[in-house]
Amino acid sequence: MLKLKNVRKSFPGPDPGRPRAVLAEVSLSLEPGDYIAIMGESGVGKSTLLNLIAGLDVPDSGDILLEGRNLATLDDDARTLLRRRRMGFVFQAFHLLPHLTVAGNVGLSLALNGIAGREADERIAELLKAVGLDDRRDSFPKELSGGEMQRVAVARALVHRPAVVLADEPTGNLDPESADQVLALLRAQLKRDGSTGILVTHSAVAAATTDRVYLLTRDGLQLQSSAASARPA
Amino acid sequence: MTGARSQLFAALVTGPLRHAAGRTVLAVVVIALGVALGLGVTLVNRSAASEVSLAARSLFGLSDLVVQGTGAGFDEALFPVLARLPAVALANPVVDVPVRVVGQQTAVTALGIDFFRAARMQPSIGVDAPRTNLSPLAADAVFLSPAAARDLNLKEGDTLTVQVGLAPVSFQVAGILPAAAYRQRAMVLDIGTAQWRLGQLGKLQRVELRLRSGAATEEVQQQIAALLPPGVTVTTPGAETDEALRLTRAYRSNLTALALVALFTGAFLVHSTQSLAVIRRRREFALLKAMGVSAREQIASTLAGGAIVGSVGALCGVGLGIVIAAAGLNAFGADLGAGYFRGIAPSLKVEWLDVAVFFLLGTAAAIAGTLRPAVAAARVPAALALKAGDIEDPAVRGNTIAGVGLWVLAGGLLLLPAIDGLPLAGYAAIALVLIGAVFLMPAVTRLMLRLLPETRSVPWQIATAHLRGTARQATTSLSAILVSFSLMVAMAVMVTSFRTSLDQWLEKILPADLYLRAGFTSETAFLDADDVSALVALPEVERVDANRFAQLAVAGLNTPLALIARPIKEQDAGRTLWLEAAATNAVPGDAQPVWISEAAADLLSVRSGDAFTGSIGERAVRFSVRGIYRDYERQNGGVVIDHDAYVRLTGDVRANAAWLWLESGADVDALVDRVHERLPGLAEFDVRRPGEIRAITLRIFDRTFAVTYLLEVIAVCIGLAGIAASTSAQVIARRAELGVLRHVGLLRRQVGFMLAAEGGLLGAVGVLAGLVIGAVVSLILIYVVNRQSFHWSMDVYFPWTLLMVLSLSLVAAAALTAVWSGRLALRDDVVRAVKEDW
Repeated sequence: MLKLKNVRKSFPGPDPGRPRAVLAEVSLSLEPGDYIAIMGESGVGKSTLLNLIAGLDVPDSGDILLEGRNLATLDDDARTLLRRRRMGFVFQAFHLLPHLTVAGNVGLSLALNGIAGREADERIAELLKAVGLDDRRDSFPKELSGGEMQRVAVARALVHRPAVVLADEPTGNLDPESADQVLALLRAQLKRDGSTGILVTHSAVAAATTDRVYLLTRDGLQLQSSAASARPA
Repeated sequence: MTGARSQLFAALVTGPLRHAAGRTVLAVVVIALGVALGLGVTLVNRSAASEVSLAARSLFGLSDLVVQGTGAGFDEALFPVLARLPAVALANPVVDVPVRVVGQQTAVTALGIDFFRAARMQPSIGVDAPRTNLSPLAADAVFLSPAAARDLNLKEGDTLTVQVGLAPVSFQVAGILPAAAYRQRAMVLDIGTAQWRLGQLGKLQRVELRLRSGAATEEVQQQIAALLPPGVTVTTPGAETDEALRLTRAYRSNLTALALVALFTGAFLVHSTQSLAVIRRRREFALLKAMGVSAREQIASTLAGGAIVGSVGALCGVGLGIVIAAAGLNAFGADLGAGYFRGIAPSLKVEWLDVAVFFLLGTAAAIAGTLRPAVAAARVPAALALKAGDIEDPAVRGNTIAGVGLWVLAGGLLLLPAIDGLPLAGYAAIALVLIGAVFLMPAVTRLMLRLLPETRSVPWQIATAHLRGTARQATTSLSAILVSFSLMVAMAVMVTSFRTSLDQWLEKILPADLYLRAGFTSETAFLDADDVSALVALPEVERVDANRFAQLAVAGLNTPLALIARPIKEQDAGRTLWLEAAATNAVPGDAQPVWISEAAADLLSVRSGDAFTGSIGERAVRFSVRGIYRDYERQNGGVVIDHDAYVRLTGDVRANAAWLWLESGADVDALVDRVHERLPGLAEFDVRRPGEIRAITLRIFDRTFAVTYLLEVIAVCIGLAGIAASTSAQVIARRAELGVLRHVGLLRRQVGFMLAAEGGLLGAVGVLAGLVIGAVVSLILIYVVNRQSFHWSMDVYFPWTLLMVLSLSLVAAAALTAVWSGRLALRDDVVRAVKEDW
């Protein structure tokens, strides 16, 4: 479903002509319903990896295939449309749109995918119920706590039933109790929809809620705890 | 403050300025422009006023009192009466008439003096008298002031020919006077020669008096006043100098006010950028507060930033202002092209007090613009702002009651009269209208945004939701747009109204087929009765209306009114005058019917049907005001009287102009040739068709308003800069939000459309509000400021095409700036934009 083959990425370094290698020969293969964590030191390239998977950047070499389509061969519009339809995102700082209500934020991806009216209302209601915020539908983000905002973000990431959900330090700004709630919620929803989830985190507790944990180092991606569904290629 | 704390404070002040270098530079530039324009215009005005003052003062030498008649002068028999007064030590008689240089549209002031007496009153004449072979008393000897020699390009020994009646009269230049003697364009000759050769026999225009030491000037002034015939006044040289300045003060004041508009707008721009910076640096302020920086230190650091921007801008502005003043004086003259100060050539006088005042004004404008944002910064709720996912409260804290209150106050100010001839209350009302509008903007913005249509377009939905949610920031940006655009609109409406009214007025007051004017110096250049008869005798001419231009002295007025004598009857006065009001009562038996201009009505405080007394020459006459007419020609007041009545009153049959009505089918070109044949003393430009006069007048109008147009263009640029600064600040502050939108699948062009919609809608709200407020300000300019400054009424005309182009340009500029800023904000990568710690 999601395959990374020998993905390399480097950025311009302080010395002109000597690029700084960030990712070297990263390979990974995930199936629908897989939920993995990627850990690693700061600056090792975790966010760059998510960036490449999201199609927000292109690798120097190697292939990234989502449902058989090679992201590197698509233009910016095609990658954007793919992201719109088949991906969801959860960020550390929530990043809800401040001027849309909770329902407006959750329904954003549906609206972008042309899903409106009753169907959209039902899906939003379903997700809000699932994240325990069905009574906050018309609230604005500034009226929510950090944990509530992140649960809205999770609902937004899942409402259009994406193939892949990318979560970058989703509990980094939350207290332990809220973090536990969000992680449990994320896992439950991913498993229910059969979506593939990639969680980038520094937290071993957060990583432990996933099926498998990979460690990203300068040498590549290494499996830390194995399971049948996650297979390094 | 310890060294470490000082360093921290310095870092807090300069850091943000460096971080947002582009916006800092823009704020500096705007303040610099405001200061430069204000100082530049002030220095030009100051130089002109100084030169006018010196020129007026140089006329009167060491005299203590001046007995002054109208242009037509008074009987010279008054001179020995004055000279024999016990308190008078020295009396100096003067003939003072403007004369036209033959063949040119240039006049010089002919001063006929008694060289021996004048040298005692004006020592520089005697001490530095030039050596010449020609006796000063010779019948053809004149001395030129340096300004006259320079402007007429004449030197000692050259011939100067002037026009008297329609005949040329030649003089030989006996020498050039020292600069200290007379500063204006003057030719000085013996008084007897002047009376004889310039047609002033038996007349004087002035007697300068030096009093014996110990004489009480005021008492002597009162004593002399009792001796004077009607139309002759006694004043001090100081009062005469003040009067010379008063005549141009309204123009100078309006120009200065216009130049200060740029500084006013600059303060709003600084306010706008600083307010947005506070929103952007919310967390930084919260962090500093949490670390123990006091609210006072917080406010001080923000204000210090404003002070730096202001002082650097003001410093640059001061330098630029001096350069602008020097260049303006050099290129356009002392009146910046308006034609008020012909004949004087001032050099730039930099008054350091002006420089200091404008430096402080520029700095103060920036500090004032920073004050409210600084207080807002100190009030940032630290705990909330430091929380992850902090969202600024978008609630709009406008003050509708204060806004309405300011408007009511402005309305009250509009009812006040001019203060010392200046529309100060009108200017204050304009400022209050603008500030009130800024207070009301939040409510207006909310209302306008509520009216936006809903569509299914996601970018449009996000754009409108964002605008509704950020009304606070939006109104901050809008205040700069509102102020600059409304002033721009107001000036455009005022200038268009004035120009269109002038054009229509010209059409009305030029009913004849051909106009002839014997020069523009009414006492020395004229048509005599034979000349007029020669015109009447021309076969192509159906009718000739002779016009005589004289002066009418009225007690209480320092400057005589212009008296225009021409054929006019009560029943058809409206055919050649643009009547604003007409009398309904009968003419009192002892009064002469006259029509007076709006300026004269204001100066005399009379209305249609009222009567007043004035003096033509030395004869006091009672006049009945039969109507008040619009007059854009004579700012100091005009009075029209029937020509026959004038001749009956004065016996003066001379004419300065003639209106010619032609037989149908007459060949105008051939007629013009025949007029020149009959009256060879006329210059080519003395005979004009109405179309030519209109074209020339409108050209002069455009030249007069050239500086206005320039200032307007600068206001547009400042407005655009304001839009660019505020829009880019907002978009860059929303980097993370734009990043999220790209993550969830908005195409680049959809983000662009969204930003364009936001920028365009915001610009449109500002433009719509600016159009309304600008229209209100234009009405104040037209009905209060212009009326009180120049006594001109005009009809209101809106330059719809110009306003539409300006409005669309501003909206497009706002939209494009937003898109450009968005591209800039997401230039690197959208992932960084959503990173918490980027």
